[in-house]
Amino acid sequence: MKKEERIKEKGIQRYGRVLRLFWGTAIAAEMEYRLNFVLSAFTSLGNLIGSLFGLFLFYRTDYTFEGWSWDEALVVLGVFTVLQGFSSTFLGPNLNHIVQHVQQGTLDFVLLKPINSQFWLSTRTISPWGLPDILFGCLVIGYAGRRLGIEAPAYFLGAVPLCFGFISLYSLWFMLGATSIWFVKIYNVTEVLRGLLEAGRYPMVAYPVAYRFFFTFIVPVAFLTTIPSEALLGRVELVWLLGAGLLALALFLVSRMFWQFALRFYTSASS
Amino acid sequence: MRRAWKITQALLSVYYAYMLEYRAELLLWALSGSLPLILMGVWIQAAQGGQLSLSPIDFVRYFLAVFIVRQITVVWVIWEFEKEVVEGKLSPRLLQPLDPVWHHVTAHVSERLARLPFVGGLIILFFLLYPQAAWIPPVSNILLFSLATAIAFALRFLIQHTFALFAFWIERASAIEQFWFLLYLFLSGLVAPLEMFPPAVRNVVLWTPFPYMVHFPASLLVGLPVNFGQGCLVMAGWGLLFLGLNRWLWRQGLKQYSGMGA
Repeated sequence: MKKEERIKEKGIQRYGRVLRLFWGTAIAAEMEYRLNFVLSAFTSLGNLIGSLFGLFLFYRTDYTFEGWSWDEALVVLGVFTVLQGFSSTFLGPNLNHIVQHVQQGTLDFVLLKPINSQFWLSTRTISPWGLPDILFGCLVIGYAGRRLGIEAPAYFLGAVPLCFGFISLYSLWFMLGATSIWFVKIYNVTEVLRGLLEAGRYPMVAYPVAYRFFFTFIVPVAFLTTIPSEALLGRVELVWLLGAGLLALALFLVSRMFWQFALRFYTSASS
Repeated sequence: MRRAWKITQALLSVYYAYMLEYRAELLLWALSGSLPLILMGVWIQAAQGGQLSLSPIDFVRYFLAVFIVRQITVVWVIWEFEKEVVEGKLSPRLLQPLDPVWHHVTAHVSERLARLPFVGGLIILFFLLYPQAAWIPPVSNILLFSLATAIAFALRFLIQHTFALFAFWIERASAIEQFWFLLYLFLSGLVAPLEMFPPAVRNVVLWTPFPYMVHFPASLLVGLPVNFGQGCLVMAGWGLLFLGLNRWLWRQGLKQYSGMGA
């Protein structure tokens, strides 16, 4: 028992060390392009201004999304921006590489490593270009939160479903990436997903019923931005929080099983 | 003249064959342009209160038209050109007695032909789901729409190709396009019809090239009022400006170019 525990802990430590190495080298490599960082900060800022403008177009007349004041709608926009930053920092660079590994046959080398292949593929690199988005998103949430008088504990309550959202998004993205084992060249499957995620800009009540159904139960965009925002505003029902947690867990497990299943169909470059 | 026709024909058929190689990819590209359809939902819901100047049906038709325009005017020349310059693949093309830009133009045009059946299918599916929005625009509007969309594509291609030429000096020319795309996204009428903009913003935006790439052709198709004369004038102005810049950058760039084998 004791020995098993020790081995397990060593395993976790090992993964932690590998992760530090991965990200250290990734950041060192990206630091060569400092000008790009300035450019991407500019682009993020432009994107934020544009998003605010888009939201303003609705609120400049007397129309409001049902039950969402301007400041509350800003929270959703902030969460959406954070999510965008998260996906371009962590998900985009790694998961789009799966396609490349399959196409060029280098997946063989990944599978031979003495480490979980899904872990390797999902965490190999990070790209700091998404960090400005995360920062700006947090600023918007903070600004709106101060105007609404949100207390510190509420932010923690909001962070919980947001983490669930990250996990759900990661799992969906990974599964789509894994389908390249069959289809090989599918760079734009993830583009389709990215396009659908745009729906998270606005709270779900802003959409007609059919859309709400689609974005809650088919592509769970509602769980990514609307539910964390509602939790932050302190008006989410427990059942939705639980649902978000279960969804994240289920999608994560399915993504693991799906990867194992997909690997059975992988015929390496040399066989 | 006959030579030009023969070259065009050859290039078009070659690139059309290339495009057919990845049919699944084409469908996915068509689907990834779904942003107008998402925003359609928000605006329908907003218009149901009846306080906006357009009705829900107007919004449905407008955003469907935007979707079609986007499908026809999509351009990606900058990523291809950047790669050619950085990897030195431009060199063999420079030896041909033909401006290399025509490879890109014909590739884009033939991709449109290959994409057409998918887009047609999506539109039919849309009208099956939304029968009350179905409408047949008058022939004159369809003709004007086709003309305006063709010009919109030409303008967008010209502008992006001009930015692409910066690849001769900087490695990541696509960063320029990414910033330009933001302006395009929010000012072209893609996220909302221009009718919804505050009048002051709208009057300024109408002098920029952006609305003529989406809002102008889409409005012609659904029959929203547009100032046709001003539209043509603004498009011609920006077109000439970028054409001049484009040719000048091309000549300067070739002097600068030092890819493999140049």
